[in-house]
Amino acid sequence: MTLTAPEAAGPARDAATRALHRSYLRQMLLIRRFEEKAGEAYSLGKIGGFCHLYIGQEAVAVGVMAALDPGDHVVSAYREHGHALARGISSRAVMAELYGKATGCSGGKGGSMHLFDASVGFLGGHGIVGSHIPLAAGVAFAHKYRGDEHLAVCFFGEAAANIGAFHETLNMASLWDLPVVFIVENNGYGMGTAVSRAAAVTNLSVRGTAYDMPAEQVDGQNVLTVREAMDRAVSRARGESKPTLLEIKTYRYVGHSMSDAAHGTYRSKDEVEEYRRRDPIAILTELMRAGRYWDDEQQAALEAEVMAEVTDAIGFAEASPEPDLAVLHRDVYAPEGQ
Amino acid sequence: MATLTYRDALNQALREEMSRDDRVFLMGEEVAEYDGAYKVSRGLLKEFGPKRVVDTPIAELGFAGIGVGAAMVGLRPVIEMMTWNFALLAIDQIVNSAAKMRYMSGGQIGVPIVFRGPGGAALQLGAQHSQAFESYYAHIPGLKVIAPATPADAKGLLKAAIRDDDPVVFIEGEMLYNQKGDVPEGEHLVPIGRADVKRAGRDVTIISHSKTVGPALKAAESLAAEGIDAEVIDLRTIRPLDTEAILGSVGKTNRCVVAEEGWAFAGVGAQVVDVIQRDAFDALDAPILRVTGADVPMPYNKHLERAAKVDAGKIHEAAKKVLYR
Repeated sequence: MTLTAPEAAGPARDAATRALHRSYLRQMLLIRRFEEKAGEAYSLGKIGGFCHLYIGQEAVAVGVMAALDPGDHVVSAYREHGHALARGISSRAVMAELYGKATGCSGGKGGSMHLFDASVGFLGGHGIVGSHIPLAAGVAFAHKYRGDEHLAVCFFGEAAANIGAFHETLNMASLWDLPVVFIVENNGYGMGTAVSRAAAVTNLSVRGTAYDMPAEQVDGQNVLTVREAMDRAVSRARGESKPTLLEIKTYRYVGHSMSDAAHGTYRSKDEVEEYRRRDPIAILTELMRAGRYWDDEQQAALEAEVMAEVTDAIGFAEASPEPDLAVLHRDVYAPEGQ
Repeated sequence: MATLTYRDALNQALREEMSRDDRVFLMGEEVAEYDGAYKVSRGLLKEFGPKRVVDTPIAELGFAGIGVGAAMVGLRPVIEMMTWNFALLAIDQIVNSAAKMRYMSGGQIGVPIVFRGPGGAALQLGAQHSQAFESYYAHIPGLKVIAPATPADAKGLLKAAIRDDDPVVFIEGEMLYNQKGDVPEGEHLVPIGRADVKRAGRDVTIISHSKTVGPALKAAESLAAEGIDAEVIDLRTIRPLDTEAILGSVGKTNRCVVAEEGWAFAGVGAQVVDVIQRDAFDALDAPILRVTGADVPMPYNKHLERAAKVDAGKIHEAAKKVLYR
């Protein structure tokens, strides 16, 4: 792989394509800066509990979400800040949720691992590895049941592909032709366990074969490649009501969670540096520069715009009220039942 | 009134609710072409077709989760567990997904789903197939737990459960499916969270639910022959627990026996006793006694099995003890 994608040599891009690339770049940059700030806030004790950052994997969330319609649904795991932002939950509502504030997207009851926003079809934020995979198939089942042509997307890490729920769900999704796309974000490590130490077959896309499900291995550092693969999966889901398994190869630059160092135990500094040279933001920026529709000035302006948004989100979260203690017993059951 | 078996009362409830609301569908092992492992879903495939009566592979965790996902976006799944013993494979979806979704989403995403199937011991099925799990699920905030004893309650409560906006664990009595009883015709709903006085009496309260209501009533008859007038309360719903009915009865009789099929430790009866000692302490004339399944995995041998199970004789003895007779 080279830094410069082959598209760079192609013809001049039309205005719509340029705008699209700028929007992908903006979203990836927003996730990167948001996560850096969240990491800082965590270190300052502003954010509690577990906090799993998405730095390095931004192209996956952005490329996948770009292929979806507003009526589709997204179900994710616990490293989902980036997914939530790319799906359209505001940076204010996500940051406020990390702070546990009343203005957070889950009212402060969910936290980092349980981000929800029904208005954009974002159905969590789930903390038990692999447990949410059948939920996504159930959402897809409902879309098919209603005949509405929408689909469900499920994000999970490569370690979740070893759990029973993954296999049970893939079998039924294929058996019943459910419109669902399973996204394995293969960042190489389930916590500290390398994929080669956890999976007998490390090419996880071949697991689709066991369930007669179309599957691909995708370069997750190039947002355009991710988008193209996702477009194929989406048209299969929407057009033919068929599931797809996408193994998207990526890498997290940071530790599993805030309590895990970026390197030193299960992986080396050299390895992290090696992957940093294939940075998803740099790859897209390079492509845009090579196409001569992006320059230093635009980059600086975008950086400033994104930093302003993240700074605003932090300010909003800081200033927001704590949830009233009166809400403690609310939302256990539907209002009629309380 | 029509006389129906518990099985057919459940079947009627499913049929009526599926006719009433096309968001309701039934999913589980052998529910469609086989007509149900216990024939609760008999005829439903023929009437509603394979879109709404869905046979699954043997994958409890997977199809329980698929049901939860479908409920999150507005369908009303009824997920049949062939028995609650097998639902242990799916407990992650019931406890971690269904029960918590509304809360951890800040009230945005409800899960209107019913998990149902037979629980409790039948005859000589051995340790892994003879378990009463009411207290497992009743422990969890976010779940409602129902365990009906009669055909009328089975029908009325299943209909209420399907219309409920929250996840319901509906535990049927495997040994009750053939039991007959009067069931009101037409729209018959039994409210969730209300106990029922199955026999009124003055001298001692016997609290039970599901399969144990039968032996409790039988014990009340034999106690009557000895001049003891027992009141039998059927909890019907375990969570939310009808504390008002419990306290009302004990306030009247001043003596109480709690009988259940499950194990004693942290069982349903433990919760009932907690309510009474706190809110009706002064009403008690004797310590409350509990009659439960023996604290062992269920043995296969029929004599050992009989010794492990709750029966009318054990409830009779306990009632006499709390009356110091």
